[in-house]
Amino acid sequence: MIYGIPITHFLIVSTLMFFIGIYGFLTRRNLITMLMSIELILNSVNINFVVFNRYLYPDQLQGHFFALFIIAIAAAEASVAIALIINIYRRYTSIEVDNVNELKH
Amino acid sequence: MNYSYTIWIPLVPLLVFLFTGLAGSRFKPMISGLIGTTGLLVSFLLSLVTAWKFFFVSGLSGGAYSTIIAARTTWLQLTDYLKIDLGVMLDPISVMMLVVITTVSLMVHIYSLGYMKGERGFERFYSFLSLFTFSMLGLVVATNIFQMYIFWELVGVSSYLLIGFYYERPSAVAASKKAFIVTRFADLGFLIGILLLSFYTKTFDFAELTNPQSPVFTTITSTSFMGLSVITWAMLLIFMGGAGKSAMFPLHIWLPDAMEGPTPVSALIHAATMVVAGVYLVARMFPVYIAYTPGALTVIAWVGGFTSLFAAAIACTQFDIKRVLAYSTLSQIGYMMLALGVSGYEGEHGLGYMASMFHLFTHAMFKALLFLGAGSVIHAVHSNFMNEMGGLRKYLPVTHLTFLVACLAISGIPPFAGFFSKDEILVAAWQHNRLLFSMEYLVAGLTAFYMFRLYFGIFWNKTPHYHHTPHESPLTMTLPLVFLALGSAFTGFIPFGSFISADHRPFEPEMHLNIAIPSVLIALAGIFIAFILYRKENPVVARFINILGSFHKVVYNKFYIDEVYLFVTKRILFNLVSRPVAWFDRHIVDGTMNGIARVISFTSEKIKGLQSGQLQHYALAFVSGAIILVLIVLYNLS
Amino acid sequence: MGANVFMFYLFSATILFFALLAVTSRRILRAAVFLLFALVATSGLYFLLQYQFLAGVQLALYAGGIVVLIIFSILLTHHISHKFERPPVMKLFSGLLVAAIGAAVTVFSIADYPFKASAALPIDTDMRVIGLQLMGTGKNGYALPFEVISILLLAAMIGAIVIAKKKN
Repeated sequence: MIYGIPITHFLIVSTLMFFIGIYGFLTRRNLITMLMSIELILNSVNINFVVFNRYLYPDQLQGHFFALFIIAIAAAEASVAIALIINIYRRYTSIEVDNVNELKH
Repeated sequence: MNYSYTIWIPLVPLLVFLFTGLAGSRFKPMISGLIGTTGLLVSFLLSLVTAWKFFFVSGLSGGAYSTIIAARTTWLQLTDYLKIDLGVMLDPISVMMLVVITTVSLMVHIYSLGYMKGERGFERFYSFLSLFTFSMLGLVVATNIFQMYIFWELVGVSSYLLIGFYYERPSAVAASKKAFIVTRFADLGFLIGILLLSFYTKTFDFAELTNPQSPVFTTITSTSFMGLSVITWAMLLIFMGGAGKSAMFPLHIWLPDAMEGPTPVSALIHAATMVVAGVYLVARMFPVYIAYTPGALTVIAWVGGFTSLFAAAIACTQFDIKRVLAYSTLSQIGYMMLALGVSGYEGEHGLGYMASMFHLFTHAMFKALLFLGAGSVIHAVHSNFMNEMGGLRKYLPVTHLTFLVACLAISGIPPFAGFFSKDEILVAAWQHNRLLFSMEYLVAGLTAFYMFRLYFGIFWNKTPHYHHTPHESPLTMTLPLVFLALGSAFTGFIPFGSFISADHRPFEPEMHLNIAIPSVLIALAGIFIAFILYRKENPVVARFINILGSFHKVVYNKFYIDEVYLFVTKRILFNLVSRPVAWFDRHIVDGTMNGIARVISFTSEKIKGLQSGQLQHYALAFVSGAIILVLIVLYNLS
Repeated sequence: MGANVFMFYLFSATILFFALLAVTSRRILRAAVFLLFALVATSGLYFLLQYQFLAGVQLALYAGGIVVLIIFSILLTHHISHKFERPPVMKLFSGLLVAAIGAAVTVFSIADYPFKASAALPIDTDMRVIGLQLMGTGKNGYALPFEVISILLLAAMIGAIVIAKKKN
């Protein structure tokens, strides 16, 4: 136990955060809120990486850098996603995900 | 002696076919015609050189002409001993056939330059002609019976294509289908025969199959089926193929209809070359027939004899000049078959075999000439019907003279070619069977009668009113006529016995004046009757027809054979077999397929709602799936 | 209970509370602000784990960058006073079920697994070490992914501009 906190507690927090994100992704109808859910999911994964790094391989920095890169990718993803959302909004004047169903049968 | 160049005799027409067929439409039509004719000229010259080398340079070895395999390659290796070769085999009859085919084909090629000029599909016509010539040459030089079968079918296809050349015309389409189906039906017998033969003998090769001493025949002769030995069945079935191609009764019905094709095609395919393929087939397999299945030979003789009489009778009543010639072809091929059927094998006994080949040769000349002459007449008056012609000798002098030569040749008047070959056939028949012989006397008279009926009807008789004055055909058409007329006049003097015989050993046939003189007298009588009846318009003809009454009607309607066929196929086969089969196909087979399709379509209609296009549905399915997988991995497998 | 432990539970509670609010709030702007809080609390966790640089990046990029971007896009596409309709019950229920089952399975697995804390001496995580490793090309060097990510960022930037540009 480092700092008096077992690793499991960290992992449980990140797990719950992950599934809160999943819940949000499945229930929200607005594309922006769905994007926010994805950010939550990514963030929970980041916590996992960092915690594993600190607890299991404290002499290295892989998890740390992984988290760093994920943040960068999340930024890229968010910018593209928002560009797409704005485009969709222009086209449908709404960003409800229900409207974007042109791939259906 | 090197003969490997002979492979080019069939290959040149093949190359011409490929070229004109693929690229012909890019040039002026006449270019295709000229290329085809030039290619055939090459084949013709090569054939002549080959014949000269074969008969005079290689000549006899040990008193007989040897069989030469000029080229051979294995095409399909089926089993260790069963393989299909492609190659070139030269022996007296194949060399003779090479000359016949290339000569007639060359004449037809030249003739068509004029006859077909300006027709739509001129280059198509020439490419088909080349295809036919290639197939026919491949057929005669076949080294094994399977190669022969392949080319046999190829000539069938080319014949089909050429009969249906005017494919806008429903009658031409029907005729081409009829020809193809009837000959295909016969070829089925041929194929079964080949399979039977090769199953027992384990070979396709003519070298073994035509050698009666060969050990390969031991099993097939000792096995019997339904009272006949298997080899008899096999040879009869092979003859069935030959009878189909050569239009022997009762498989003759396609040939008169095949006259729907352009006239040069009739001359080449349906008079001189393809229809004698059946005769050639029997001649090729002759050693087997004579050694093991004399019964089959008797069948062949009677089928040939009957067909010759039957067709000659019909020919006397027809008005379409091409049909008269078609029935005349049937009759003459019947002669050839008969000659083969009555022939023996060695020396003098092989007279019938020699006579058959001789007649094949001369017949090719004068029958091609007759057809080309008829084509020239048709070209001039734009009609096929005798009663719309007459008095044409003034307008078409060259055609008139050459046609007369051909008529004299076919009637067997000396010294024209037909006399010699027909005489040999009659002698052979006389030595074998008197009934057949007397039938052939009758046919000789009938032949002379209907040919001169045609001749007088076209060139003499009353001159009807022509819409525009008929004029002689161009040089491209008259030149082949003259050439073939020379052939018809003089080829009879070829001492055929010293070139072709059943056992490849030359012999000197004797002249039998006691048979020749009566036959010439009978022919002259036929000509005389035709002269009286048809030189001028004669009321006797109509009275005669009235007296004969219903008999004439039966003959005029070709003994209702076509109607019998229609009855058998349409009423009996269609109703009893085809309709139930069609019903089964439509309702049971199609029903099953449609049912499967309907079930699938129904199911998809029901489940396609799952593909809602809603991103979140997909995500839900994805996440639940992932969780289920994890659950399975965690709690079931560990 | 030390300060560390207390802080951990405080941050954890904050994260989960605001995350839940972020996915359930019916006002979109509020949801974005709740997300911001959750992300800030996450950076608190990083501080606890003594990864100060990462925590700083988290604050700057997530809280400062992405959330601001999201808020801008909200302002572009919504009225601030807009309030979502309640999602259908079936949807809520199925989402909740899937999330709950997934969370349960994962939590149980984590609880079962005997993690062995490493006894190795922790590496210093000051800027110098991070910078050297990030730019290093040898063992423990991340120059290549760094370059790749820079190109990805460039591509994303251009892509975003191209996609969002008004077509005329």
